[in-house]
Amino acid sequence: MQDRVLSFLVFALRRLATSVPSLLIILVAVFVLLQFAPGDTVDALLAQMGGGDAAVGEQLRHFYGLDAPVTIQLGHYLWRLVHLDLGFSAIYGKPVAEVIGERLPVTLLLMSASLLVALLGGTVLGVLAARRVNKWPDTVISTVGLLFYATPSFWLGLMGVVVFAVKLGWLPSGGFEDLGAGLSGLERAFDIARHMVLPTATLALIFLSIYLRVMRASMLEVSTQDFVRTARAKGAGESRVVVRHVLRNALLPMVTLVGLHASTMLGGSVVIESVFTLPGLGRLAYESVVQRDLNTLLGIVFVSALLVIGVNFFVDLLYARLDPRIRARGR
Amino acid sequence: MSPRLSIENLSIAMPKRPDRPLLLDDVSLTLASDEIVCLVGESGSGKSMTANAILRLLPSAVRVAGGRIRLDGETDLLALPAEEMQVIRGVRVGMIFQEPMTALNPLLTIGEQIAETFQIHTRLSRAEIGVRVQALLTEVLIPDPPAAAKAYPHELSGGQRQRAMIAMALALEPAVLVADEPTTALDVTTQAQILKLIRDLQRRKGTAVLFITHDFGVVAEIADRVAVMQGGKIVEQGLAEDILNRPQHPYTRRLIAAVPPLRTAPPRHRDAPIELQVEGLSKTYGGRGLFHRQGRITHALKDVSFDLRRGATLGIVGESGSGKSTLARCLVRLIEADAGRVRLDGVDLTALSTKQWRQESRRVQMVFQDPFGSLNPRRRVGDLVAQGPIVRGEARQQVAARVRRLFELVGLDPDAGTRFPHEFSGGQRQRIGLARALALEPEILIADEPVSALDVSVQAQVLDLLADLRERLRLSLVFITHDLRVAAQVSDDILVMQNGVVVETGTAAQVLEHPRHPYTQALVAAVPGRHWIPENIERRTAESAA
Amino acid sequence: MLPILKRYFRSPVAILGLTLLLAVVALALSADLLFPRNPLALAGRPLQWPLASPRFWLGTDNLGRDIAAQIFHGARLSLLIGVVATSIAIVGGVLIGAIAGYFGGMWDEALMRLTDAFQTLPNFLLLLLLVAVFGSRIETVVIAIGVVSWPAPARLTRAEFLSLRHREFVEAGRLSGLGDFRLIFTEILPNALPPVIVYASVVMATSILLESALAFLNLSDPNVPSWGNLVGQGRSVLRSEWYVCAIPGIAILLTVLAVSLVGQGLNDVLNPRLDDQ
Repeated sequence: MQDRVLSFLVFALRRLATSVPSLLIILVAVFVLLQFAPGDTVDALLAQMGGGDAAVGEQLRHFYGLDAPVTIQLGHYLWRLVHLDLGFSAIYGKPVAEVIGERLPVTLLLMSASLLVALLGGTVLGVLAARRVNKWPDTVISTVGLLFYATPSFWLGLMGVVVFAVKLGWLPSGGFEDLGAGLSGLERAFDIARHMVLPTATLALIFLSIYLRVMRASMLEVSTQDFVRTARAKGAGESRVVVRHVLRNALLPMVTLVGLHASTMLGGSVVIESVFTLPGLGRLAYESVVQRDLNTLLGIVFVSALLVIGVNFFVDLLYARLDPRIRARGR
Repeated sequence: MSPRLSIENLSIAMPKRPDRPLLLDDVSLTLASDEIVCLVGESGSGKSMTANAILRLLPSAVRVAGGRIRLDGETDLLALPAEEMQVIRGVRVGMIFQEPMTALNPLLTIGEQIAETFQIHTRLSRAEIGVRVQALLTEVLIPDPPAAAKAYPHELSGGQRQRAMIAMALALEPAVLVADEPTTALDVTTQAQILKLIRDLQRRKGTAVLFITHDFGVVAEIADRVAVMQGGKIVEQGLAEDILNRPQHPYTRRLIAAVPPLRTAPPRHRDAPIELQVEGLSKTYGGRGLFHRQGRITHALKDVSFDLRRGATLGIVGESGSGKSTLARCLVRLIEADAGRVRLDGVDLTALSTKQWRQESRRVQMVFQDPFGSLNPRRRVGDLVAQGPIVRGEARQQVAARVRRLFELVGLDPDAGTRFPHEFSGGQRQRIGLARALALEPEILIADEPVSALDVSVQAQVLDLLADLRERLRLSLVFITHDLRVAAQVSDDILVMQNGVVVETGTAAQVLEHPRHPYTQALVAAVPGRHWIPENIERRTAESAA
Repeated sequence: MLPILKRYFRSPVAILGLTLLLAVVALALSADLLFPRNPLALAGRPLQWPLASPRFWLGTDNLGRDIAAQIFHGARLSLLIGVVATSIAIVGGVLIGAIAGYFGGMWDEALMRLTDAFQTLPNFLLLLLLVAVFGSRIETVVIAIGVVSWPAPARLTRAEFLSLRHREFVEAGRLSGLGDFRLIFTEILPNALPPVIVYASVVMATSILLESALAFLNLSDPNVPSWGNLVGQGRSVLRSEWYVCAIPGIAILLTVLAVSLVGQGLNDVLNPRLDDQ
């Protein structure tokens, strides 16, 4: 047992180590990429101040270290990252880490809530569809799944606003919380939850449609395997066969998908947060692009990559926990 | 004595396949307690379908069209409601399957899976179940039962997994055991052990065993009675002794005649010059890479040397993991050896540049194992055969004519070249593979288990063809096989491999009749039905019947 | 080829998909014929509801532009994006996946780290960066979408190559004297393609969705009629004239649905299994 736990940890850590070069590639590539951007932060800053002469610009560039050669700038940047210093956002007038820190919780909440809904819903619906394959529940579930898969998330969000906020008036149409009401404690949590219903549902539905299709296919696939027949030959009843033998094995591809989708979801939150004016990381990314706040943009890239790597690390641990064969391979 | 199990006029239909409406046609069979009945047949004969029908584990696309299956003379199993059927399964009828790897749930430990049978059918406590599981694992002679119970399927060897399957099937001491090709996926020495285990347990408990197999050697080893199936029908049944030695039905006679007798012929070409000389060939595998840890190093080949005389056939035998396939691939540089030399008429093939070898490879060609995997499914078979000469710059016209001759030579329609691989049967595909190898007019042919995926009657035809071509084209042959019967039939000399090492070489007669190395002795002793030599059935009767 | 078509037309879902897709193609082809004027030009009084005026049967948006004209012309853009971006992603992905899977070793290691990097960075974020740096002309946007979409096909191709490269028919080809180039392109690739072709439909659907999202955020080319653009435009009148958003959204939905259904139909034809279940 001890042996298994240890090899399992070694396996996970090795997987984590492989993401270091990827992270480095991302940072270097994005840093170099941003050098091609028309206009830098100083230009944006000057524009915001209502223009300024070239001399002021030069001064500011020198102040931010923007007049050094690219390689030096890159070196400085990476060195600062090692100390977890993301630099200073000229637009927001405070350290990038602080700007991101304010926005991150909203995105994390949105992502985890959506993931939970998508996974639970996708699994349940996928299992239901697979149990009634080619009968009407399967047809209905699969059709709805296909429709949601084809729906653009921003449009789904807007239509949600029209129906539930404008016509029915059940839910707020945007924002993270009702700031004017000055709520606190449980009341505030409830208020935030109300605000998060539409964004979460919008983001979740897209992924739910993917998970339900994968779950359905996976259930059907596993049902044909030999060990399921063995279980039946033992005299196991239908529910035991499904839960203990089919479902457990069918869940494995879902776990892999969650890891793959971490980054897709983060990308999707850019759109969702814009639709519902949520003060999250995605919206910050959009604003930084519009305002050419390159430091903040780089910071977001760094934090998103870390987030994705973190989620994947966790998924690897989970997968290895669920599948003993992976643990063995790590040994 | 009334039968434990009786299958009465069972017919099974596949509604969606009008070309073959009945998969089982009026099958009747009885099984008494304390006997082993072998159900023998080639692939597609319906033998597994019969086995699965007993526990009603049939695929959803098929439907029982008629007949009854009765247990202890009681009501028809086929008519029982699902809940009552569940009580039959595992309690009164146990079942073992062919692939012990896929037949076990990869996510549950062996102990959990055996315990499940008790959880479903008994009210025993956890502790009591634990004791029972240990007892069962001990009974099937698994090494270190406590550890085995905690192990996952992938952590055990194939033989141990099959022992665990048997323990699971016998957990509640069912009166009937159905075994569907339980030893087919196992190595021959493991197969011998499992057969002995099944026999011993059956004798001790008086179980009625229905044993499905394609191998008459296994039948000779284990059966009390035999039923032979062909195309969904039972064509002949009777006592094992009678069927094996005095088969009546022409199909049975043909099948038995196709089993290679374990007899060797005197070696040919003793004085021919040495053509292929292999010296100190070694190959190790071990993961190396930036982000992969150092994997465990395995010696696939360790200092392998042998000579092959012109026109002779060298049989290379060994079990899975012995390195015999790696050896075949190292000879033709599909795998590059780490050390050692392969000399063809004095020229070191391993020292040639990739480009030179691409030309020289004409002289050494290979026939592969898998009739389905060895032909590119998306290309016409004629193109596959013509490709080698064309790549080497021969004119298309000329090659096309040769392809037609080759198809004729290997016993195929010369016009078949425009068809795709999926339009041929397994045996025909092996013939195409042979034509492809011969298209380059090689001097040496390396055959890697060329008949092991084929049914026994097809296997005999392909072996005959190979023997014929070898004489006509003066080929030297390296023949790799796990089957000592086949090796005995084709080889002049035999080389025995274990874990990448050559443990014994000699003439076929020396190695098979007087093995010196303990491993060779174990291999020879494990050949199923080795004492059974179907004396009175000549191959000629088989050919006239065909 | 014929039996494949026959099998494809056995599935009603696949037929529905193809019909929808052909309808979108018909919209795109007839756009110039039916709406010869610039669809982005002022056409009439703003915010006329659908069917309210015989001239504008899908109504006008808040800038007084004909919604029907934008839908027809927008179909061209969506198809263009779908085809071009998908081609870039599939060709690039297949090449990279084939090299990594066939040659293995350091090639594989390097290319897979690169793929990892692309998959770690959220692709919509990367798309934002590319558009921010290189501008939002439609050509740039299409190429950028192709560039962010290659990793998944690359992984898929690599996996296929890894499982095919040691198959006996490839070994036989090598022994026949085929070089690496022929082995890759005549022996392995044709067998590796079916799942990649099916996946191309996913890439195409995603590309169309990516462009529409970009356009919705006002980051795509404002000078071409794009459905996403129109949804973004209608946002400011969402509370009252919600149809401005709703109509182009349905167009996107149906197009993506068509592509997915065709992909599903292809999948059933090219990777047949569980036939008798």
